[in-house]
Amino acid sequence: MNYKMMGRFISRTLMVEVVFMTPALCISLFLNEKNSYMGFILSMIITLAFASILYFFTQYAEHKFYAREGLVCVSLSWVIMSIFGALPFYISGEIPSFLDALFEIVSGFTTTGSSILPEVESLSRGILYWRSFSHWLGGMGVLVFLLAIVPKNEQNSGFTMHILRAESPGPNVGKLVPRMGRTAQILYLLYIMLTAINFAFLMFGGMPIFDAVCTAMGTAGTGGFGIKNDSIASYSPYIQNVCTVFMLLFGVNFNCYYLLTLKQIKSVFKDEELRLYLGIVAGSILLMTINVRGMYDSLSETVRHVAFQTATIITTTGFASTDFDLWPSFSKAILGCLMVIGACAGSTGGGFKCGRALLIIKSLKRNIRKILSPKKVQVVRSNGVGVSEKVIDNTNAYLSAYVVIIIISFLMISLDGHSLTTNFSAVLACFNNIGPGFDLVGPTCNFSIFSPLSKIVLIVDMLAGRLEIFPVLILFSKATWRK
Amino acid sequence: MKILIAGDGKVGMSLTRKLSNEGHDLTLIDKDGDVIESIVEHYDVMVVQGNCASVDVLKHAGVMKADLLIAATSADEINLLCCMTAHGLNPNIHTIARIRNPEYDQQVYAMRELFALSMAFNPEKQAAQECERLLKYPGFLKRDTFAKGRVEIVELRVLPDSKLKDVALNDLGDVVKCQILVCAVSRDGEAVIPGGDFILKEGDRIYVTATSHNLTVLLANLGIITHRAKNIIMCGGGHISYYLAERLLKSGIKITMIENSKERCEELATLLPSVDVVYGDGSNQELLESVGIDSCDALLTMMGFDEMNMIISLYGQRCKVPQIITKVDHTENRTIQDSLSLGSVICAKELSCDIIVRYVRAMQNKTGSALSIHGIADGQIEALEFKIDSKALHCKEPLKKLKIKKNVLLSCITHHSKTELAYGDSVFEQGDTVVVVTNQGTVLRQFNDIFES
Repeated sequence: MNYKMMGRFISRTLMVEVVFMTPALCISLFLNEKNSYMGFILSMIITLAFASILYFFTQYAEHKFYAREGLVCVSLSWVIMSIFGALPFYISGEIPSFLDALFEIVSGFTTTGSSILPEVESLSRGILYWRSFSHWLGGMGVLVFLLAIVPKNEQNSGFTMHILRAESPGPNVGKLVPRMGRTAQILYLLYIMLTAINFAFLMFGGMPIFDAVCTAMGTAGTGGFGIKNDSIASYSPYIQNVCTVFMLLFGVNFNCYYLLTLKQIKSVFKDEELRLYLGIVAGSILLMTINVRGMYDSLSETVRHVAFQTATIITTTGFASTDFDLWPSFSKAILGCLMVIGACAGSTGGGFKCGRALLIIKSLKRNIRKILSPKKVQVVRSNGVGVSEKVIDNTNAYLSAYVVIIIISFLMISLDGHSLTTNFSAVLACFNNIGPGFDLVGPTCNFSIFSPLSKIVLIVDMLAGRLEIFPVLILFSKATWRK
Repeated sequence: MKILIAGDGKVGMSLTRKLSNEGHDLTLIDKDGDVIESIVEHYDVMVVQGNCASVDVLKHAGVMKADLLIAATSADEINLLCCMTAHGLNPNIHTIARIRNPEYDQQVYAMRELFALSMAFNPEKQAAQECERLLKYPGFLKRDTFAKGRVEIVELRVLPDSKLKDVALNDLGDVVKCQILVCAVSRDGEAVIPGGDFILKEGDRIYVTATSHNLTVLLANLGIITHRAKNIIMCGGGHISYYLAERLLKSGIKITMIENSKERCEELATLLPSVDVVYGDGSNQELLESVGIDSCDALLTMMGFDEMNMIISLYGQRCKVPQIITKVDHTENRTIQDSLSLGSVICAKELSCDIIVRYVRAMQNKTGSALSIHGIADGQIEALEFKIDSKALHCKEPLKKLKIKKNVLLSCITHHSKTELAYGDSVFEQGDTVVVVTNQGTVLRQFNDIFES
């Protein structure tokens, strides 16, 4: 293992984090929120000091870097980044327990949006901004940002590929253009532009500027931290509709947007994953509208709420416009399924990913046919191109790991004694980076009811969900640390 | 620049490393999925799997916006088709194809015209030319010429009984009694550009710049025997051996070629009537003895396996063959190769890479690019020749006053027809040519890049 190179990467990540704390600090200073700006200043000094020491010791790192280092480096960066990112919450005293602060920031960076705070409106603006900003940063990935800005002479080797693979969601991550640095820049450019458009639409609807910034960032990262206790429910129907549309947009593979800028519109709409995603969204809206009819005053209000809930769950954002925990159980079952499926690969959303679901269904179909005619050679196709057996194996392995983690986490947090629905939906909500679940962790409730052990389990689940399981799993493998 | 490389064999891989280091946007096309996967793990490039001569694959790889296509698959015909297709799709693209079948050798120039190729390269032929040069001017392990042959960079090994052993470079002039400059030293596989207090050790390979006249004096003073080879044994009858034999026969050298394929033996015997083609295993010591390894002037190991070539060369060393040339394809194991005395080591892919890199750099800047580029010390060090044009900075200023980049050494200056090694007081002016030595990490696209900005 090339520990030095990893240390250097982590120290750089922390430095980026310090830079990104500055806007939050400025807001606190501007509004003269004493606790919170002291919290930020102290956290920045501590983080910077740690990063500098790490940088000093890792100056002469060798450039040899393999898949193993890439994966470990990404997951370690996320863990360490979260620990330092939790400092402002803790030092400012707004979240008195460090474990709670860590849960909150991990929930932020992994774009989960599950909160341990019973009410958020009493928090200072600086802290609220940092919470929402963590979504935006975690959505596209901090290390991808780092790749976009590292100097050219350091991106020569292929190790950058391991990092993109480990941090970007999806079964087969590829570059858009030959240079990794340029790919990362394009991704961030698209991301920033979409966020800005979202912000403009929210402002147009009369949302206060601070609320619009935080909501736009929460939507962009498909995070879900609101700055109001009732999330988005108290805003106008226009704003809720804007959120619905943009949540769905951020759940689309970013490659599609890149292809759109290249004017390859046809190939975008022929994409099977995108079609599946849009199909699921349309189908769910239709079924749930029929199911919950009569609960709201008018059809338009029903459709608005149903569409909002569909978008917020399938893209794994986690905003709320109404308490869906009160809906009939068929609708809740649909929402539960949407939680698992998740958004498209290569988007900022979490979950199992539509692309993987598609592969699993196709390979299942193939295996059934194989039983009927064993000698026939059958290839799984995606977008008309044959998918290699290796990718299918990986997807199946991913499914197994996914199920195993859910089962283990479910058993562990059940020790707290809450209801079955609470426990199961809490695991689903955290592991798929959604936010709210059902029952005691429903949209109007929060995660403060859990014991410290359960919180730790859920923190690991959130990280595993965001980094697509394997980078986090290998941290626990003995073989990783063997010399 | 946007460059496509089709075919990722040995040459493709070397090119990927070099061109990626120089900051170009590379897209690689190969039909082998495993190759593609390993390349993505190691280099920051884009890859496309498929047949490089197909329109779809080329379009997918971005041929419409590419500046250059290098076709280096194992089949000449595919390379040609690939270049022609690319040129048809994008008339502005430059194309370079590997054409290495000796049957096409005569028609390469015609093909370049016909198929609008910008360049054709033949690694085996280049390797043969290199071997020929080494055989014609023995005494050195490697020899590169600059300034129309007036300056040379040669490679020498510091042997246990050498006068050069344990000498600091500052005192070198007194030992060898002629004007030479050591511009690079390769020790344990690591090449460095040494300073004046660098002390030479046994086993070092040193790269010396000097005028041709001084080199003759150097050889005489070091007591290295030099006489041209008259009687040569070649192990392996591949393309390189064929090209080389064809060239050497003109100068009346006696050649014995050992080849272990009966069919190929017959083919060679037909093509090269005055060569003694022996059917048998070149690694068989008895066979080598029977063809007279003890009395030959030079042994060339040109078989398909590096290991085999190395072992035969070591055996040749045992038999005290005066000159040995070993063909090596995998230059990754530099440390091992350095620790063995294999004589001159030639690597076909590195030679081809050098000329393609030169072409790419020339494409990039129309003026001020290098006249020639030679990779030395297994490609770890580059020697470049520049013409000083009107845009060159710091003309007529003594070198000691200039701020030249770390790891860059200005080794000699040719003024009109007079060449001198560069010292602190030397100056260059417009119209001169200079030779600059630099390590792999520093990319010199034009002469002015040597100065600290």
